[in-house]
Amino acid sequence: MKVTTTALATLMALGIATAAHAEIKLGASLSASGGAAFLGDPEAKTLEMLVEELNAKGGINGEKVELVLYDDGGDPNKARTFATRLVEDDEVSAIIGGSTTGTTMSILAVAESEGIPFISLAGAIQIIDPVRQFVFKTPHTDRMACEKIFTDMQKNGITKIGMISGTDGFGASMEAQCKDVAGGYEIEIVAQETYAPQDADMTPQLTKIKSTDGVQAILNPGFGQGPAIVTRNYAQLGIDLPLYQSHGVASDGFIELAGPDAAEGVRLPGTALLIADIIEDGDPQKDVVSAYKAAYEEKYGEDVSTFGGYAHDAFKLMTGAIERAGSDDPEEIRDALEATDGLVGTTGTYTFSADDHLGLDLSAFRMLEIRDGEWVSVD
Amino acid sequence: MSANSKWVQLAVLAGIMLVLPVFFPSGYYYRVGALVYVNALSVIGLVILIGYAGQISLGHAGFAGIGAYACALAPVHLGIHPALAVLLGAVISGVLAILIGRPILRLKGYYLAVATLGFGILVSMVLSNERGLTGGPDGMAVPDLGLRQVLRGMGLKLSGGEFWYIANALVLLVAIWIALNLFHSATGRAMRALHGSETAARTVGIDVARYKLQAFVISAVYASVAGSLLALQNGFITPDVAGFMHSVEMVTMAVLGGVGSVLGATLGAAILTLLPQVLTVLADYEQLVLGLIMILVMIFLPLGLLPSIAARIRWRGV
Repeated sequence: MKVTTTALATLMALGIATAAHAEIKLGASLSASGGAAFLGDPEAKTLEMLVEELNAKGGINGEKVELVLYDDGGDPNKARTFATRLVEDDEVSAIIGGSTTGTTMSILAVAESEGIPFISLAGAIQIIDPVRQFVFKTPHTDRMACEKIFTDMQKNGITKIGMISGTDGFGASMEAQCKDVAGGYEIEIVAQETYAPQDADMTPQLTKIKSTDGVQAILNPGFGQGPAIVTRNYAQLGIDLPLYQSHGVASDGFIELAGPDAAEGVRLPGTALLIADIIEDGDPQKDVVSAYKAAYEEKYGEDVSTFGGYAHDAFKLMTGAIERAGSDDPEEIRDALEATDGLVGTTGTYTFSADDHLGLDLSAFRMLEIRDGEWVSVD
Repeated sequence: MSANSKWVQLAVLAGIMLVLPVFFPSGYYYRVGALVYVNALSVIGLVILIGYAGQISLGHAGFAGIGAYACALAPVHLGIHPALAVLLGAVISGVLAILIGRPILRLKGYYLAVATLGFGILVSMVLSNERGLTGGPDGMAVPDLGLRQVLRGMGLKLSGGEFWYIANALVLLVAIWIALNLFHSATGRAMRALHGSETAARTVGIDVARYKLQAFVISAVYASVAGSLLALQNGFITPDVAGFMHSVEMVTMAVLGGVGSVLGATLGAAILTLLPQVLTVLADYEQLVLGLIMILVMIFLPLGLLPSIAARIRWRGV
């Protein structure tokens, strides 16, 4: 039993040690390791970089910012513990985080009951619908991705589609949302298949969709390696229909994984960050995405990703709110955050209101097509 | 080990539980304490299965998942109180354990490990894929127990952390009391006998299959209740609770602390719950240090922490 007390004593000592003095404390719980590391890792790196940048410039209203960052490994139970720790022990003024919907829902409960402003980096619509007083988020919802894709399909006269989706959280959630809104765009889903995230071959499912009568296009909600395999199989089977991917694979890594030949002609809704190099001068997002991309790639020597962009936007929103609030009181930060009007981020332009805690519309998405291994805007 | 020492052990543990909050600098420590107790609860179930009866399960998180989702689903779909849902989950887990254990436990060797491995994966797959019912990998909300409001009505105001610290501590004490009683009962002796040698146990007339099954069912119920408590205090649950890694974590806690000892298992649960919190200062090296500690304990203290230390200082009674 002595060991328990010693362990606890150590724990307390560390808890006190980390509570060193800082002017403004910003908390974050991200999935920097584990299955969702491809989300959490660029997010954590982005926050660290931006805090450093901000403090080098003198902080907010002359006060330095301290970032308290924890890695929840994608486990909602851990995320809840870290959220409690951020609020009760580190006494942060605001929280950014929740790389996945599961971890977000855990942090959300703590933030809401303790009254700490919280910006989530996860996709699902239930985070901000219904609107909760202290909870905001930066990524578009799955529903918006579906709407953007269906708008493009409608423009091209497509009315009957086949859908193949991953059974992971992202794929399953987007599949449900797409089915929900398809009717509004007069689109009928005539074939529907799924695959597990680890599957190495989707040829049978694609063959089945191909042989369904009347299919005019195929939609693949999913992220990770699954969509890349679907794209490769698609080319191997010589399917001559438009292929739509989701915003979940909006990165250069996807083109590499699927191969530029197989990916030729694939369309997906992406953010301005993906086309930072070719974005037109005069585009309101031009400066923001170029600056973030240049800084991130110089510091870490790896490609910038949409997910890091979500963290970038959350950080800008939160620090902007703290600056306007002129204090580190959570209530005042929340009020200032909700009053955000026209903040230009990498994902889109945010305008929050009492009944909209996402603040983006469909214009934030850009319809992109892969041509010769490069992203091209086709809006 | 006498009946006397059972009460001594319980009293010492209750004393520690009672005194610890005095040293808590913030509400966060109640949360960590509550997690330690809930993990210890499922690990003690494993002590009965692994430590007493010598059977290994690699799918106990499956039972935790059933307990957790019973609390999330039953109040919504069956309209029963969350507290009753805990019981419902325990009953379902127990019945499933009988169905799995009955054919498997007639066999010798590690068939149970393989069968439970499959069972655990199956449960987590069902929870992930039955989106309409469970919300899929994004998880679902769990209704509040409502007991805190009742206590508030009686003039006792507790924060969520404090309430669950006390509730889990009480459930854990009862669970330990049951486990210690079992240890000294005829059933417990039979379990330990078949752990030593199945052939010898059978020769002296012990129904080996029956006692193995009993141990398995009891441990399944422990895991289920732990899962329920976790779901109720988090207010939100995802299929991770039934994941394979959670099963491995439980076995690791049991083995680290000392799989034959109830208090050792509690210690193991405490250490493996606290370490990730302490090790956040090491950030990227957290997993490395955790792995290193496990390896060192297995090499130098193969019986697990508490029994090894106890043997070294000749402390009898554990």
